[in-house]
Amino acid sequence: MCLAIPGQVVSIEGRTARVAFGGIARDLATDLLPDLAPGDWVLAHAGFAIQRLEEDDAVETLRLFAEIESLGGPVGSE
Amino acid sequence: MTIDPHAAAETAYARIASMVNGPLAFMEVCGTHTMAIGRAGLRTRLPDDLRLVSGPGCPVCVTPAVDIERAAALAVEPGVTVATFGDLLRVPGANGTLQEARARGGQVKVVYAATEALDLAEIERTRTVVFVGIGFETTTPTVAATVLRAQSRGVHNFCVLPAFKLVPPAMHALASDPEIRIDGFLCPGHVSSILGTMPYEPVAREHRIPCVVAGFEPLEILSAIEALLLQLEEGRCEVENRYARAVPTQGNPAARAIMDRVFVPCDASWRGIGMLPASGLAFRPEYAEFDALERVPVNVPEVEDLPAGCGCGDVMKGRIQPPECRLFGHRCTPARPVGPCMVSSEGACAAWYKYGGGS
Ligand code: SF4
Repeated sequence: MCLAIPGQVVSIEGRTARVAFGGIARDLATDLLPDLAPGDWVLAHAGFAIQRLEEDDAVETLRLFAEIESLGGPVGSE
Repeated sequence: MTIDPHAAAETAYARIASMVNGPLAFMEVCGTHTMAIGRAGLRTRLPDDLRLVSGPGCPVCVTPAVDIERAAALAVEPGVTVATFGDLLRVPGANGTLQEARARGGQVKVVYAATEALDLAEIERTRTVVFVGIGFETTTPTVAATVLRAQSRGVHNFCVLPAFKLVPPAMHALASDPEIRIDGFLCPGHVSSILGTMPYEPVAREHRIPCVVAGFEPLEILSAIEALLLQLEEGRCEVENRYARAVPTQGNPAARAIMDRVFVPCDASWRGIGMLPASGLAFRPEYAEFDALERVPVNVPEVEDLPAGCGCGDVMKGRIQPPECRLFGHRCTPARPVGPCMVSSEGACAAWYKYGGGS
């Protein structure tokens, strides 16, 4: 039930943000993140934007891999 | 650089295997982790000595039977509409589910957000709309914000049945129980998006249990498991954040401020586990007009919390794995669930049934 989905803010009007989830746009309440701006990545949960996302998933996967690498051990890709 | 997640996972599995030198139990306190671990089949690839146990991480599962009975009783009150997240619909109280209450003529509407229940109240001004307030710190701020919206919009026929739960107090209680073995906590990702990492510090310090905030991709979970193992190896008991992209250290202070403005911690009962101190939320007196317990009180008799023979309490305390329940798989299946952990899609029993637990 605590699933939260990443999306990107397209526009903001009052306390509502239009957020793109892949090809689908939905309105989210911004009460919990009052200073959102278009272009921001957010986590959506139960109709609200609950947190900013630092980077999108692709960037994160790269970082994670670098982290695993930095812990030492064999590297499984080039 | 191109990356190969499969190769990265293999690397992680190998390293984890080399770090486990005796029996260990890591608890995930998040139903979404339970599902992600099941779906990715992580257990089948981890060493036998490393047990991943599910904690009380499914908000639907930990909602006491009496609260479900209360919601069902409200649904048949004249002039009352109950609005709820769909997850709760099929969970049995002591005398059936909200879905069955609806089939008997009760007014039950499924909503995806508390704000939808507020919209409903604005449309149906002659009815009282009661939103069933279940959830952890991820969800509660959205309900608190909706209460503030109701107040500023002057919607007086909207109220909330408070059944919220707080995660860190439950971790404290489980860590204090001498009958439960927990060598590390995988802390919930999206609860932590709100809380940040601070609330886990006392858990790590006082109980000497490493705590690592984890994301939901298989690699992220493996990385968090590695971090727990590394702490144990080095004799550290700290809070680490392996989901930094969604969990800033300070969490979401604005969301917490809204939650604190409307609600105040209170003792709360967790289904199958019992009363845990300061683990729930009650309305502050200033917002009493939005408290369904005050606004539309209904009498609910004392009920048994769990169906006879159901081991959900022990499952959610991490004392047994789902297949150790005598009803698992024959008497209790997702098609004919007996207990809450089999009904909810995020329940530990449903996850084991669907994906298998592995060794
Ligand atoms: S298998 Fe069914 S009865 Fe047993 S603990 Fe799980 S939900 Fe309860």
